Amino acid sequence: MSSNPRTLFEKVWDSHIVKAQTADTPAVLYIDLHLVHEVTSPQAFTLLRERGLKVRRPDKTLGTMDHSTPTTPRNELGIIPVVDAEAAKQLDQFTKNCQDFGIPMYALGTENQGIVHVIGPEQGLTQPGMTIVCGDSHTSTHGAFGALAFGIGTSEVGHVLATQTLMQYKPKTMAVRVDGKLAAGVTAKDIILGIIAKIGVGGGTGYVLEYMGSAIRSLTMEGRMTICNMSIEGGARAGMVAPDDTTFNYIAGRPYAPKGEAWEEAVAAWRTLPSDEGAHFDAEVTLNADELIPMITYGTNPGMGMPITGVVPDPDNAKTVDEKIALDKALRYMGLQPNERLLGKKIDVVFIGSCTNSRISDLREAARMLRGRKVADGVRMLVVPGSQRVKAQAEQEGLHEIFKAAGAEWREAGCSMCIAMNGDQLQPGQYAVSTSNRNFEGRQGKGGRTFLASPLTAVASAINGCVTDPRELFVPEMA
Amino acid sequence: MEKITKFTGRIAPLPINDIDTDQIIPARYLKTTDKQGLGQACFFDWRYHADGTPREDFVLNQPQYQGATVLVAGHNFGCGSSREHAPWALMGMGFRAIVSSDFADIFRNNALKNGLLPIIVDEETKQQLISLAQEDPETTVTIDLEAQVLILPDGRSVTFPIDAFSRYCLLNGVDQLGFLLSLEEDVAAYEASHPQRVTTTV
Repeated sequence: MSSNPRTLFEKVWDSHIVKAQTADTPAVLYIDLHLVHEVTSPQAFTLLRERGLKVRRPDKTLGTMDHSTPTTPRNELGIIPVVDAEAAKQLDQFTKNCQDFGIPMYALGTENQGIVHVIGPEQGLTQPGMTIVCGDSHTSTHGAFGALAFGIGTSEVGHVLATQTLMQYKPKTMAVRVDGKLAAGVTAKDIILGIIAKIGVGGGTGYVLEYMGSAIRSLTMEGRMTICNMSIEGGARAGMVAPDDTTFNYIAGRPYAPKGEAWEEAVAAWRTLPSDEGAHFDAEVTLNADELIPMITYGTNPGMGMPITGVVPDPDNAKTVDEKIALDKALRYMGLQPNERLLGKKIDVVFIGSCTNSRISDLREAARMLRGRKVADGVRMLVVPGSQRVKAQAEQEGLHEIFKAAGAEWREAGCSMCIAMNGDQLQPGQYAVSTSNRNFEGRQGKGGRTFLASPLTAVASAINGCVTDPRELFVPEMA
Repeated sequence: MEKITKFTGRIAPLPINDIDTDQIIPARYLKTTDKQGLGQACFFDWRYHADGTPREDFVLNQPQYQGATVLVAGHNFGCGSSREHAPWALMGMGFRAIVSSDFADIFRNNALKNGLLPIIVDEETKQQLISLAQEDPETTVTIDLEAQVLILPDGRSVTFPIDAFSRYCLLNGVDQLGFLLSLEEDVAAYEASHPQRVTTTV
């Protein structure tokens, strides 16, 4: 097998087979890192207790609190109060579960706590060639390092806790080639919104995506994470980028990165991971980065996206009846008219955050555009760092002062208004420009209407109080 | 787990494509630590007005579809999040099978592990089922997991795909964990021959 050219995905897959797929059973894969959080794990721990099972490898497991956690300011004791009784109960249960089963866990407000897909890379736990799972669909984020990483359900969380393995049928592979150079004001977020608009919200179902091409190679790790993060929004459980020097430089020196001789060995092994010349992909799509402009969604799934200068599609021009029905429904929910321009559309809220865009580089970009400017009257802007470490770094750089001076809210780390289960939510009918990953009906609060976009577009829109092309407010030093 | 071999039930039509998990169960109902009671939250924002009164125009609120156990829905059903609360909620609402032309991967996996059958049929059969349910809510279909067929009221049998392992587990009422636990020696052998990548406990 090793003589045939293999893809990055196949190399990682092959090296984690505990038991090969048969006619009767799926392949059994070994899992190198299992991340757990409070929302999708309680029932899995219940299963372990019912069966009298232990966590097989707590040393390959890490917990953090992120989904149902408040992002409101700390009290005078330095504690983030959890006022929602249900959330408090869930967090208490999570603490007990991690303690009872010996799993290390980053509790709310502690120095390493944050969104599960932010902390893995931040700690250097996410490394090339690994298998990483979590009860969260945005686990695809970690694929940016050349890891095979995907979301699993709670039953599977139980399987991995108990056995450190997972049953899987081998997915197909899709090459996503993005060549060219991004223009100023156009970002990784615009690339992935462009790809999803192209393949559709189910276009990647059954595939693992490998992002490649000159535009991907020239992205930072944080940009690559933004792209891999939203693979699931195109239906693909996992997205990967071949590791290179950008990857190694990002990992080097982080708390869990290999050190000394082990580092040299690790890098040598990681260099063998990229897809071989001539490796076969089951499908291929391309996107030209030269032609890309800032993207925004207009509808109720991430596939309903368009260049920001465009107009909302007319359902009467839909290619199929199904498409027309879906568009009609989406536009009714969004309160938009066919052929309407989104530029200039008045907005109520701007959300900078989520596992897609809450890392330090996102906050730096946002702050650079906002410096010396104000959030428009009547607009609420939330800035939610992805982790406590991101928050501390931003504060060290004074970014929080820029946000606060502009009239934005500077909050504690967590998923916040991306999933809106912690009290951070839109009111019915409100419009938001959001850097998160989902614009589903009610996703950011019942009746709330979400336009997904990059941090630059979000900030530009906050300044003008309406959907704004960030290239209009471009800051030269951002080039 | 209850054994599933064959059952007959009425069908409810929900011909909307790309129904995501946030519609199946909004995130604010995920602040729970068990699987019970989620049926009440299923499709909550489609079922109820802001003031909590039921929306009469939503198909699953209509009296003729109460008691339906088979939901026929548009393609890419269950896209979005990995929350297993989605199948738990659908089962809590009384559904035993979802029929569509295709499903999102994680939802399908989660459904199979809970005995909620994701039945993939061709587009034409899906449309036929939707029409039948809309014209006559008393219409029933039979799902025979042993034979891997869905039987329409006119007697036509449509074969549906399901992986052999899931089918075995469902027919025998066993969950999938037992199989993995039986591989302890293989797992230990794998661990012995592969260096640990990262250690979270140091």
